[in-house]
Amino acid sequence: MTCIKIGMTLACVLALTACDDFRGNNSGLNGNGSGVDPSLTDVNNPTSVGYFNQTIGDRVLFQVDQSILTPTAISTLDGQVSWLLENTNFTTTIEGHADEQGTREYNLALGARRANVVRDYLVSKGVAANRIDIVTYGKERPLAVCSIEECWSKNRRAVTLVATGLLD
Amino acid sequence: MIINILHLLILAVLFGFPAQSQENSGPLRIEITEGIIEPMPIAVTQFLAENAGAEAFASQLTDVIIRDLAGSGLFRNIDPSAYIGSISNFNAPVSFPDWKAINAQALITGAVNLTSDNQMVVKFRLFDVFGQENLIGLQFAASSQSWRRMSHKVADQVYARLTGEDPYFDSRVAYIAEEGPKNNRKKRLAVMDYDGANPRYLTGSEDIVLAPRFSPNAREIIYTSYETGVPQVFLMNVDTLSRRVLDSERNMTFAPRFSPDGRNVVMSLSNGAKSDIYSFDIATGQKLQLTDTAAIDTAPSYAPDGSQIVFESDRGGGQQIYVMSANGGSAQRISFGKGRYGTPVWSPRGDMIAFTNINNGRFHIGVMRTDGSDEKLLTGSFLDEGPTWSPNGRVIMFFRETQGSVGAPSLFSVDITGQFLKMVPTLTFGSDPAWSGLLE
Repeated sequence: MTCIKIGMTLACVLALTACDDFRGNNSGLNGNGSGVDPSLTDVNNPTSVGYFNQTIGDRVLFQVDQSILTPTAISTLDGQVSWLLENTNFTTTIEGHADEQGTREYNLALGARRANVVRDYLVSKGVAANRIDIVTYGKERPLAVCSIEECWSKNRRAVTLVATGLLD
Repeated sequence: MIINILHLLILAVLFGFPAQSQENSGPLRIEITEGIIEPMPIAVTQFLAENAGAEAFASQLTDVIIRDLAGSGLFRNIDPSAYIGSISNFNAPVSFPDWKAINAQALITGAVNLTSDNQMVVKFRLFDVFGQENLIGLQFAASSQSWRRMSHKVADQVYARLTGEDPYFDSRVAYIAEEGPKNNRKKRLAVMDYDGANPRYLTGSEDIVLAPRFSPNAREIIYTSYETGVPQVFLMNVDTLSRRVLDSERNMTFAPRFSPDGRNVVMSLSNGAKSDIYSFDIATGQKLQLTDTAAIDTAPSYAPDGSQIVFESDRGGGQQIYVMSANGGSAQRISFGKGRYGTPVWSPRGDMIAFTNINNGRFHIGVMRTDGSDEKLLTGSFLDEGPTWSPNGRVIMFFRETQGSVGAPSLFSVDITGQFLKMVPTLTFGSDPAWSGLLE
C-alpha cells in the first residue's frame, strides 16, 4: 500500500479539503474546496480539483452489499482516468464507504473492497499504481443521514480525492 | 484468615458467626434457568456507619449493592418500609421471624468504618432467612476512593453464593463515546464501570476510533484508530495511555481481539479486495496469516481455551459465521438461520457464541451453541450490533442505534435468556462496548 508523505504538507496548503479527508474529517467530503486557490476549485478550469469533482465526477455508487462497477460507474471512472492521465501532477486517495445497514467490521472490509475495485480499474486503464492510495471508512462517514434507500444509495460510494501531492 | 483479593487494594477477612440454624430446608439457591419469572425477594438493609466519616459512604454503598443485585433481574429488593425488624448493631443476633414475615429469602447486613487515613473497611453478612443460617461473613478494606468497587465486591459475593454462578459486577467496559450529528460524529475511546459509573476518556476526538477490546487483565486495550490516516489497530496501556500501532507495515487493520493468554492479537488485514485474518505476536511483532480466501474474513474471536477461532466470512456468498483452528486452516460454517450473521464472540464459559443477525432489514443480537445449534435471538431493532459477554457469560452488552437523521447509538444489556433488557447509562452516545473480565 502506498501513502502520502511529502505530499501531505503541500496538499494541505493547496487543497485543505482533500487533506482533511485524508485525516478522516468530514468537512471536505463534497469537495467544494472553498477558500483555497481558485485555480483548483474553478469548475471552468479543466485542470482544477473543482472540475474533477463536479464535471468529471469524483464518486461512483454501489448496489447493496456489492462492489461491482455499474455502467454508470465505469463511465465516471473512464472520465477520471482521462483526467488523471492528463493531469499527472495529481495523486489520488480513493475512499471506500458503506451504508449503515451492515456491521462495523464487515463494512470496513466492504469499503476497502469498493476502494480497491476503483483502484484496480484506474490502474487497468493506465493510471500508475503509485499515484493511488486507498482508505476505507466503512459506515463511519455517511453523507446522507436518513435511514431509507434514498440516503443509503448515496452512502454506498467510492470517492476519488485528487490532490497535488506525491505518494510514495 | 486473610484473603488478598485485590492485590493490596482490598483485603478480605472471613469471619464467623454463632450458628443459629434451627431448621434446614436445603441450601438457599436461585436456579438460573430459561424461565425465571419471579426474582428472589431479598432484604438488603442499610449498611451501618460505624463512625461519622463513614455515614456518607454507607448509604451509597447500600444503593450500589441493591442496584447490582436487582439489576441482574434475579433478585428483588424488599422496600424498607415493609420491614418489621431493623438492624441497628452489625454483631447482634438476627431476629429471623421478622424477616420471614416479609418473605425475605435472604438478608444482607453490613457496616462501614472509615479510618483517618481514608482507609475504608466494609463488613457484611448474608443470611439464609428460612434456613436461619449465616452464609457469608466477609470484610473488605481499601482506600475509600474504591468504595464502588467494594460495593460491587459485596454484591458479587452475594450473587455467587445465591446463584452458584461466577459473578460479574466488579468489572469494566471499554466503549466508544460518540457526540455530534450523524454526518459528523466525533468518537472517543472510553472506559467505565460495568454500570456506567466512573467514565474516563482515553483519547480525544480528532481521529475516528472504533471497537476497543480489553486484554485479559484489563490493563491494555486494542482498538482501531485513523490516527495515521487509515484504519490501523493500536495497542494502548490504560494507565499510561501510551500507545503504538501493532503492525509495523502500513496495512489497513481492524477488528482486533486478544488471545486468552494475552500474548497474541487476532485481527483483519485488508489485502486488496479481500480481508484476511492474521494473528500478531505482541512481544515479537511477528504476524501469521490464518485465512486466505478471496472473501471478507473478519471479526475473529478466540475460544476461551485458545484452541479455536470463530469469525465471519462471506466466502460462501453471504456474511456467515465459521469456526477454525487457532492456527488457521479449514473452517466449518456454523450459522444456518435466516439472513446474515456477523460479529461472533465466544462466551467466556466456552459453550456459546453471541452474534449479530441481520434479517429483513432488522438487526438482532443472538446466541447459539458453538456447533450452531440452539440458536436464539435475544433482541431486535433497527440496528442492534456488537455483543460482548459479561465475565460470567450470563449477560450480553451491545449497542442499539436508532434510525433516521437524528439516529444515535446507546449501550444496552440483556440476559442470555433474553430477559431484563435495559439501557446502560453513558454521558454521551455510546457504541462498541467490550466487557472486561472480573477485576482482580
